[in-house]
Amino acid sequence: MTRTSGASVFAVVVFPGSNCDHDAYHAVKHVLGQNARFVWHKETSLGDADVVILPGGFSHGDYLRTGAIARFSPIMTAVMDFAAAGRPVIGICNGFQVMLECGLLPGAMLRNRDLKFHCEFVHVRVEQTNTLFTGQCAPGQVLRLPIAHGEGNYYAPPDVVANLESTGRVVFRYVTASGERTDAANPNGAINNIAGICNEARNVVGLMPHPERACEVAVGSADGLVLFQSVIQALSQRGSLQAVAR
Amino acid sequence: MKVRVFVTLKPSVFDPQGHTIVEALHSLGYGNVADVRQGKFFEMDLDVAGPAAAEKLAAEVSDRVLANPVIESFRVELT
Repeated sequence: MTRTSGASVFAVVVFPGSNCDHDAYHAVKHVLGQNARFVWHKETSLGDADVVILPGGFSHGDYLRTGAIARFSPIMTAVMDFAAAGRPVIGICNGFQVMLECGLLPGAMLRNRDLKFHCEFVHVRVEQTNTLFTGQCAPGQVLRLPIAHGEGNYYAPPDVVANLESTGRVVFRYVTASGERTDAANPNGAINNIAGICNEARNVVGLMPHPERACEVAVGSADGLVLFQSVIQALSQRGSLQAVAR
Repeated sequence: MKVRVFVTLKPSVFDPQGHTIVEALHSLGYGNVADVRQGKFFEMDLDVAGPAAAEKLAAEVSDRVLANPVIESFRVELT
């Protein structure tokens, strides 16, 4: 496959029922000029990927629980190894739910507290800029991003939530347009208004909002771009560090 | 051997669906329905010899797949 030199390779994993895979592909390839590949869930290798995206959708029809079956797809072994090696993986919406089911990130999703499917723009505050996907954000920056989910009510046992908070692993929080954390700004009842978290090594990020659907002003917001720009920047810095080491 | 598995949210986890159902029942006049918890029910046919092996296998797949131990607990019933 062709590869634009100097650009990163994004692998977009496609599960049966993924429906934001093309949005993610479009954002990184056509908006950001990077290389993008679709990787079918039955494959066992991520090839030359620099970044892995687990996209949104309804993998395996959300049967049993959201993300519960996708966790057993053959490609997930390679994704787990890729994540364990400290390489960047982002899970968006259903991709975040898959991450919770496979143990890449802690916690679980409950049905939205009002039982409604929420399809709307929300505001999230960037709580942490020291992850591979938020390095180019300003601390406390408020992003306007769309959500589209019925089960985004993040839950984890109290000790796990306390640990996420004390170790700075809550990356995104639902807030008002002016950045205030209120209950009214919380669309789904997520504990502590949590919209996204990261792992201990800060290379794996999962979030319910859709940054890939907010990469062009023409579709309502370009606030999602900064997540992908952050990982591109992180990879180029890492590449130059490796070059120096050699 | 046939087994039944009941999966429910842990008591410490809020159940938005059960809460909505109990509110609906109250609005229908069933004020004496104090609480409702919604769950899942599975019937499995296991190709194993004896109830002990069936119970062990059912518990294993319930823990690994049928239930999410973060939010749910399960109960196995041999039939």
